[in-house]
This record gives sequence, C-alpha cells and structure tokens, in this order.
Amino acid sequence: MDSNAKGRCNAEASAPGEPARLDLDAVRERLRTKRGPEFWRSLDELAATSEFQDLLHREFPRHASEWMDDKDGVSRRGFLQLASASLALAGLTACTKQPTDSIVPYVRQPEQLVPGKPLFFATAHTVGGYALGVLAESHQGRPTKIEGNPDHPASLGATDIFAQASVLSLYDPERSQTILHAGRAATWGSFVSEASAALRALQPLGGEGLRILTGTVTSPTLAGQIQGLLQRYPRARWHRWEPTASNTAHAASMAAFGRPLGLRYDFTQAKVVLTLGCDVFAEGPGSVRYSRDFTDGRRVRKARPEMNRLYAVESVPTCTGSVADHRLQLSPPQLEAFALALAQGLGVAPAGVTSGGPTDQRVQAFLQAVTDDLKANPGASLVVADEYASTAVQVLVHAINQALGNAGRTVIYTEPVEADPVDAVQSLAELVTDMNAGRVDVLLMLDGANPVYTAPADLPFAAGLRKVRVAIHHGLYEDETSGYCQWHLNGAHELESWGDARAFDGTVSILQPLIEPLYGGRTSTEVLAGLSDRPDSTSYDLVREFWSTRLDAGAALGLGPATDAGGVITPRGFGSLPGTMAPTVAGPVAANFDAAWQRVLNAGLIPNTQAPVVAAALASGAAQQGAGQIAQALTATTAAGQITLLIRPDPTIRDGALAPNAWLQECPKPISKLTWDNALMLSPKTAQRLKLDTEEMAEVTVPGGRKIKAAVWIQPGVADDTAVLHLGYGRQNAGKATGLGFNAYPLRTRQALWALPGATLRSLGGRYPLASTQNHHLLDPGWDEMKLASEEAERREVIRHGTLEQFRQNPNFIQEAREKPAPDETLYPKVVYKGHAWGMSIDLSTCTGCSSCVVACQAENNVPVVGKEQVLKHRHMHWLRVDRYFGGDIDEPTIHHQPIPCMHCENAPCEVVCPVAATVHSDEGLNDMVYNRCVGTRYCNNNCPYKVRRFNFLRYSDRTTPVLALLQNPDVTVRMRGVMEKCTYCVQRIEEAKIEAKVEDRPIPANWLKTACQQACPTQAIIFGDVNDPAWEVTKLKAEPLDYGLLEELNTRPRTTYLAKLRNPNPALAGSDQGAEHGHA
Amino acid sequence: MQIFHRSTNTIAKVSIFGSIFFLAFFAWVFSTLLRSSYATGQGVMKKQPVPFSHQHHVAGLGIDCRYCHTSVERSAFAGIPPTETCMNCHRQIWTNADLLEPIRASYRDNVPVRWARVNDLPDFVYFNHSVHIAKGMGCVTCHGPVNRMQLTFQHASLQMEWCLDCHRDPGKNIRPREEVFNLDWQPPTDPQQALAMQTRLLKEYHVKTLTSCSTCHR
Repeated sequence: MDSNAKGRCNAEASAPGEPARLDLDAVRERLRTKRGPEFWRSLDELAATSEFQDLLHREFPRHASEWMDDKDGVSRRGFLQLASASLALAGLTACTKQPTDSIVPYVRQPEQLVPGKPLFFATAHTVGGYALGVLAESHQGRPTKIEGNPDHPASLGATDIFAQASVLSLYDPERSQTILHAGRAATWGSFVSEASAALRALQPLGGEGLRILTGTVTSPTLAGQIQGLLQRYPRARWHRWEPTASNTAHAASMAAFGRPLGLRYDFTQAKVVLTLGCDVFAEGPGSVRYSRDFTDGRRVRKARPEMNRLYAVESVPTCTGSVADHRLQLSPPQLEAFALALAQGLGVAPAGVTSGGPTDQRVQAFLQAVTDDLKANPGASLVVADEYASTAVQVLVHAINQALGNAGRTVIYTEPVEADPVDAVQSLAELVTDMNAGRVDVLLMLDGANPVYTAPADLPFAAGLRKVRVAIHHGLYEDETSGYCQWHLNGAHELESWGDARAFDGTVSILQPLIEPLYGGRTSTEVLAGLSDRPDSTSYDLVREFWSTRLDAGAALGLGPATDAGGVITPRGFGSLPGTMAPTVAGPVAANFDAAWQRVLNAGLIPNTQAPVVAAALASGAAQQGAGQIAQALTATTAAGQITLLIRPDPTIRDGALAPNAWLQECPKPISKLTWDNALMLSPKTAQRLKLDTEEMAEVTVPGGRKIKAAVWIQPGVADDTAVLHLGYGRQNAGKATGLGFNAYPLRTRQALWALPGATLRSLGGRYPLASTQNHHLLDPGWDEMKLASEEAERREVIRHGTLEQFRQNPNFIQEAREKPAPDETLYPKVVYKGHAWGMSIDLSTCTGCSSCVVACQAENNVPVVGKEQVLKHRHMHWLRVDRYFGGDIDEPTIHHQPIPCMHCENAPCEVVCPVAATVHSDEGLNDMVYNRCVGTRYCNNNCPYKVRRFNFLRYSDRTTPVLALLQNPDVTVRMRGVMEKCTYCVQRIEEAKIEAKVEDRPIPANWLKTACQQACPTQAIIFGDVNDPAWEVTKLKAEPLDYGLLEELNTRPRTTYLAKLRNPNPALAGSDQGAEHGHA
Repeated sequence: MQIFHRSTNTIAKVSIFGSIFFLAFFAWVFSTLLRSSYATGQGVMKKQPVPFSHQHHVAGLGIDCRYCHTSVERSAFAGIPPTETCMNCHRQIWTNADLLEPIRASYRDNVPVRWARVNDLPDFVYFNHSVHIAKGMGCVTCHGPVNRMQLTFQHASLQMEWCLDCHRDPGKNIRPREEVFNLDWQPPTDPQQALAMQTRLLKEYHVKTLTSCSTCHR
C-alpha cells in the first residue's frame, strides 16, 4: 500500500519504485498563476499531485482499510472474501451473555467522597522545573484528567499539552517499577544503608566527592534540603543541567545586569510586540499566561474594534509567528543583524559598528516600520528575544526594552525564580571534568536527569560516569543514564507526590498527590532525606515541615473557604464556586498553620510569593559590547550559502524526557504536523539548492566533524540557509519511543548548543517515512468543479480573514461575502430547538495552534493512540484536529490554524446515510454517535464534508493492560474495534450539568459548562454554550459580524462556527508582501 | 435433458413456502431468547458473599434506603454501603453470627467485600439515580418490591425497550417526591385522581420525555 508515499508531481521522470521529487519551481509557477483558494496545506497541494487530489475527495487514502502488513500478505478484504461463510456465523459471537460484575465498596468511605462524582484537587504540574497550577480530577482515587487552576497566575484556568498529557505518564506501564542495584531489584532499606555508608566515609573529608545533579529547581523545599546537605557536607557540590534551559539567557542577564534576574512579560500593557525568533506563546513556563494576556488584546468585537500588533521575526516557523500581523523570515545571522540594526535605529547601540546588516529592501522597510512603531509606543511596546538566541542579542533586547521605557511596564525584572541560578553548562562541565579526573565518589542524579543522552557532545559524561564509585539515578524511567549507574531509584510521578514548585512569576504552589505511588516510587525530596539522618521522612512531612515556619498564615487564610481534607469540589468547567471570603486572621504562624495549610492546598497556591520586582539598571557599556559581539560574529559568518543548524526543544516532547508519552508523540507538531518523529527541516529554496527532498535521508555535519543522519522535511516557513532539528528523538532506551526520529544531541557542544553555523548537508539516498498529518482530512469546497473561479472560491475560503482596517470601515465584510443558503432551501424536515441548543464558536484570530485542545480532548474522551504505522494510513483518532494552512508564497508564507471539531450540523449529511441509525440528532441539536448501534459501514465517514469522523480500524484502546484501565474517563464509553466515533461536544459534561441543574431544580447558569477543548485553551479561542440563550458568551459571539460557518454553502448548517481571522497590519507595510496574501493585493 | 426428477419442483415450492415459517420460527426463538431471564438476568439471584436480606432490613427493621445507599440523591451511582455501615449495627448485634464473618473479616483486615452486581447495565449506558429521584421516580419502579426480597434479584429486564417504555411516557410511573423511598406507596385507585396527580407532578417536576440517544449513551 502506498498511503505513506507523499504526493509527487513529475512522476514520469522518476525511476520506477522511487517516488518522484517534488518540483518546487513548478510549484512556485503554479502558485503565481493560480487563482482561487489562497490557503494551502502542503507543497503537495500546490503541486496538485494526483495523490493529493485523490485525498481531497476521499476520507482515507485508497486501500486504507486493507489489512496489509507486508506486500505478500492477504488483505483483510481478501481474507473476508475467502472466509465469508464461516464469518457470517461468527457475528453471532457478539451475542454473549453479560458477565457478572463485582461491586467493591470501601471498608471505610472517605468523608467527602460521593461515589460516582469526581473530586478536584488543586496541585501543580511542572515542566522544566516551573509550575503550572492545575486542578486534577479524581474518580474515586484515580486521577483521570487535568484542568487549569483559574486562580493560578500561570494558568488562569487553561493548560498546555504537557499538563494534559501528564496523566498518561502516571499510568505508563513502562515506568520504572522498582529500585535497581546493578540491574537487580533491591530495596529502599538496602539503598539507604549503602548510601549512608558511602556518605559516612566522606564525612571526614567534608563531603569531598559528593555531587548532586538536578535540573532547574524552583521547589523551595528541595532547594532547602540541598542547602542543608551542603551545610552538612561543605565540600559537596550541587550541579545543574536542564537540557532545554537556556544558558545564553543566564549569560545575558549577567552581562546586562551583573546578576541573574527573573524576567517576565506583561502583554496586557503592550500595544506593539516584536518577537525575535521567540515562540513566546508555546514555549516556556509563562506561555499559557502570555497567550491569554496577548490575545485579550486581539478580540475584535463590534463594540471594541481594537487590536494590538505583533511582529514576528523568526528563522523557524512558530505558533507565535502564526498569530503575527507581520511575519518576517530571516536566517539566524540575518536575525542577529536585524536585532543589531533595530538597536541602532532605537539609539541603543552605536551606529558606528558595522552591522553587515540587512541589505534587502524589504527587510529594511520592515525594520523601519517596526522601529517607528516601537518608538511611537514607549512603555506600551515589548520586544521579546528568543531565550536561545546569542547572549549579545538578548543583551541588546534588554537594552532596547530599557530604552523604550518598557522595563517595569511590559518587561518586569524580578529576583530569580530558580533557586540558586547558575550557568548550567558550566556547572555540568565542571562535574564532567571532576568525574573524569576521578574526583567524584558519590553522584546523585535527581528527577529523571538523563545527561548520558542530553549532555553536550564535547562533555564525555558517560565515560566519567563509569569512574564514579556510587552513581545513583532517580527518575520515572530507566533511561540511557540509569544503565551506567549502580543504583536506579524509581521516582514518584507528580500526581503521586507531595512537593512544591514556583510558577514563572515565582508564585509557589503545593503539589499534592492524587494517588498513592503506583510502584512505590519516591520523590526527590524523599531520596535526599534518605541520605540524611531521617531516612524515612515522607514527602508530606518534608514539605509541611518546610512551610510550617514560613507560611504567611494571615495571607493564606484570606484565600477563601477551604474544605476539610484539602480537596476542592469544583463544578466541572467553571472554576471555583463563588464563595464568601473568610476573614483574614492575623497571628502567629504556628497557631494558624493547620488552617492556613488547608487554605493553601485548597487554593493551589501560596499568596504573596511572587518573585519580588527589582529595578534593573543596565550595566553601562553592555549594549555596546553586545553590538560589538554581534558585528564580530556577523563578519565571521557572512559566507554566502552557509547553513546554520538550529536546535530547538521539540514542540511536543521537549528534551526527550517526555518521549515515552504517546499522547504527546501522536499530537501533531503545531507547524510541521509531524507525529512520532522529528526531521531536519529545510526551506523549499535551501532544499532545492542542496537537492534534498522530503523524507530523504541526509547526513548533517557540523564544524568539528560531528555528524548525524536525519530525514529531511521541506518546511515552508523555515528561513533560507537554515536547518532546524528538534531535540528529544533518537532515544536509545525509552521503551516504545526507542529509536524514533533522530538524535540532535551529538551535534551540540558547550559553545554551540542552539545554533551551529557552518553545517553541511549531504544526501544519503534512502528514504524514511514521516507521519505528518498535514495532508490528512482535507476539506474540499469543490474548487475543481468551480474551475477556481476566483470570486466564488474566495467566498468559500475555508479560512476567512481580513484586516482591522477593513473591519473598521465595514464590520460586515465577512457577512456580505457569506454564501449561506436560506433556511427553507432544504429537503430535511425543519426542526425547531426549543430547549437548549448547543453550539460552539472558534476565534481564528486568537488560535495559536498550541494543540492543548487536542490533547485535552484525547484525555477527556478516552481517545486512543494508534502509532506511527497507523498514522501513515490516516487512521489517527483525534476527535479534534487543528488544521494548519499556509498563505501566500511558499518561500515566506503566513501560517494559520483552524481547530476542527465535529460541526454538529443541523442538516447532518452523516445521519441520512447511516443504515442503522447509529448517528442521529438529539433534541438539543447534537449529532449523537451511538456506538452500540454502529456496525462500521463508514458511510457516515464518507459523507462528512468536514472529515471529522474516526473509525476504529483495529482495537486501538488498550483493554488488556490493567494499569491503563485506571486512566479512562468513566463517563465516556471506551470504544471497540469496528466502531465509528467523533466529537460529541463533550456530551458527558452536558448531561452532567443538566442533571445537576435538574436535581437542584434550577436552570443551567450561563457559561457554566465548558467542553474539554474550551477549558484547556490558553487563549479562550473556543467558546461553547447554549445558542438559544442570549446570556451565554457563545450566543454573543455568533452574533458578531466576523462569524461564519465552514463550508456553509453546502447547507449543512453547522453549529460550530468560526470568527474570521483579523490581522492588524502596519499601514506603512501595506504594499509589501507581508501585508497582503497571495492574490489579494 | 431432465436432470432433476419432477418431484423436485414440489420440494422446491414447499421449501420456499416453508422457509417463511422457518425464518419466522427462528425470529421467534431469537426474540424469546433475547428477552429470557437467561439473557437479561431478570429475576435471577446471584451468589453473594453474605446472603443479605433486604426484606429483613427494610420491611423488618424499617431502615430507609438512604441509610445504606447514601449517594442515591446526589450521584449517578446509588452507592453500596462501606463495611463500616454494616458494622455500625453489627458490632452490637449478631456479633458472632457465622454468616457475617465476611463482613467482620473485611472490617478487621481492611479488605473490601466483593458483592456481585445485581442491576448491571452495559458499559455504554449511563444511568443516573439522582435525576430519576428528583423527577419523582420511586425506587420500587425499577428495583421492584425490594422490601419483600429475601435475596436481592434484578426486578426488571433492564433492556432498552424497558427504559424507553417509561422514557416515552414517564407519567405512568411518577409519584410525589416524598413517596420515592416508600416501597409500599400506591397511586390513587381512582383513575381520574391518578391522572390528575400525574399531570400535576409532570408539570411540577418539569418532567420531559427524553429519548435522544445521548441521554443515556455517551
């Protein structure tokens, strides 16, 4: 079967059996002369390959339903033909008698628990050490879903994909399940006695030879414990290594301010934002909050036709770039030159230094426009540097923000949030040197540190590790590093642990466990306690004890009502119930500690623990020095055609520690839509120049001679002369994820962690299939039938858009272009919905494509993962997908995202073709899917113009691994093989809200109910509700002039509608390519 | 050339005619089997770790349903009493009864009792107790005269046609909310009065006929 073959044109030119190369010049020519739809999904679409056309008209590729494991195998269909008679009666095996189930009540029922109702507990989820406040849903003791904590500053009720996927990691059957000593199962007792003996031996030497390695630590308790240990063993040392933390950001802070400072942004105050290569809305601990703050300034409504403005200058296409009003693609050296020229334009850097700067007229115009716009908004503008950019660029950006008066307004400098911030690269290098010199006797690596895999290539970590007498590895998984260690301690997942952590702004959250450790894992605090004189302290004792003398009881008690056991009973969807504020009780900490502790657990944060704001003064000469460094670097790397390899954390699995998480693996990466792999991304031009094609294997060599092999992926949006490779793949020991993708770590050195200039690429022949979903589920408004008559095609555009200016002049410009058939133009019976009528509105202006909604939907609705082979056959099961479109030129496209759930059409085409009435309408306008009726004809699938239906070709839900049964949401059926499924608008939540209201004999309050995607969305782009009730937000949004329905000309009358994407381009750039889409100057 | 004997014509006709009866018979057997207590479990007593008698506890001792099934008014699940609830009384009375040893063992060893589920819906059906009670549906309507059951058995077939029978016409089973847990309550004998009560309660409790699939299937 050939479903994995990407569409190719020019087929006759290729050797038989080898897919043809994509002829990019032909694509460009086609795009230039093309009329009609202005957005495109992939280069294959522009090339109009026959494969692509075929996919456009079909739900699945041809033969997708065939069961072909190898070329010689009998297809499933062929087998059925052969064995049809015996299979005819096999259907009767479905008539089995229901087995007798058990009911197992508690022996002593917990006080707050109502069987059948979930409890929500406030806790936090950390990524890279920083906390995101969450509410974890617990069904009789098993956590099943993570929601954002509306009161937490980093969350405001939303989450990122990592928090959503954390429940899957908890139940991962591949987690390390026991303590290992030299590869054999051991006990905690034996560990404690051996470790203490080793430490006792070091005691007389003051702990010389004792080393601790952690990632970024923000946990006050853990930091306190480590400090305590260092006091006891004054010559012991604490090393830090966090593969995705930026050492250049640390260095820039040192250079600019003379000390490490915390940095956070206030997007609510920024009218003009410029990002220099930074994916500020999808990367980093503050991204969820930043997304919300930024998009709050972009919700254009009739009553508020105002918008902030975002310029994104980037080498790698990002989520941030996709919401930008102007996106400029520059290679890394050009980007540095741009930053320097900007600094010069703003008078921050001396004009004298040779910038070697932008000579391109278009870039100069862009630079001028940005400079003027920033100057016009002093104190209300914001320049965001990429934390992975060079130190010099970041120093310049600090200086620029200072010069623009943004410091203290949109850029806030604080005391560092991280405990004892150091240069992690330096710190790791010292450790490696000492290890190799035999100076390390005991090395303790906490919380899944995996330096054998992640250390820079010029640090021989593994060799050094062999020389350590007692190496102890603590983490959730056995990994590359644990194999070198005498001891492996299985860690406790965050949902199994007591702990604490700080958010991006420093706010402390207490982590509380939702479940006893499944495999008796221990937290890092417990491991450290094991080395102290109290080896049996629990994480609860440690955290509570730490805070017992530090908690500001008065402030904590002002937090509002608490429940007795620390549990928060929160209605699903709408955050905490309005409660009466408890009177603030001032007094000694100890007297009120218990009460205060309960409040803190209940609220999910400790009030007044933000990192203190500091007035940062730029070191004199820092900007000049930075400018000089950039100028110097630029003169060194101006060789034309030199390729800079950029290495970045993966959008879904980051540094690779999350690689075993199948939800994150299968969540399509926001821009490339790749699943289960990374790839070497090149721009179309660069790929053409190097004669490399998508899925072709290539060898990347960087200066110093280090090289790796990787598959190429031509990615529009990547700057020319730039290659991008994400971290986290090519793992050697990561369970299911072993061997997926390509390992970028061997290319990195201490000096060049994130940008490696002078890379060379060479084709190796050979192909590697990449499972990208970009050509899956294509929407076809019938463009070929219309012969691309441009006006009609424009009206049927899937992504509708305009500018703020257009909106101000004529708010109804979208409405006027709508092609909405009259209500009576239908053969369907007319239905009037009297009670609730559920609907959804999705704002394309604010969707960043972060994919939180996709993973949230997966967690809420028991959506299975299918694996790479099945994704290649278009069989992935996500109920909600985010379609990514490009607009304009293939060499510098604009990027657009469109989340597509089920449209719940009032005239649903799927319903009329179902022979067994397995999909029917409810009296509230939901398009119900009845699994127990479905016989799997897939006719509905075939007839759905939005292609939102998913078929269980195989038994994707794992029903045999016992621990995974705990993961399932008990309110949603786990589907079996042969059954169709699709988005239900979270009907379980609707029914729950309705039942709750009926039991209490009251109506459902407006906006009470949220779908899982809506609740997770950081930008509130998705709003769900009762469109019959004007009090609901969704009803107001649907009355907005930007509202339109997808493919509404088909008269499906979708209940999910979209708000057109508005941009706010700078009039000064109106004439450039940036301001206009292709075909619409 | 005549391959088949002439009599095959008759045989053919008879078998075509007969096949109708055969299919009808087959359909009858199938539907009877499907509704039989063998398939539905209706009226079948299941082996329980302790032969708990509702008759004794409800009719004999007058314990309210909600003493044990605590969450029935608040949750989808009525709740099965934790061992502790049994022991509230049985640490005082029948403390040495052999029959109660599994309960005492559970309490002593902190190991839950594994009861056999009597009323078991398929996993793709989501029934909610609280809303039925709020709408004036008595326990007895579905669970039958539990107060007369020595050993508990499934009273109704629990098949979808049985659910729909009431969902299409909820009036016939409605009762005042205060009588929901009264297992001996009878509607007014006068049909006029009974109808008036039904109409009044349906209105008062905002009872609707809910037959959308997603009402129960999610």
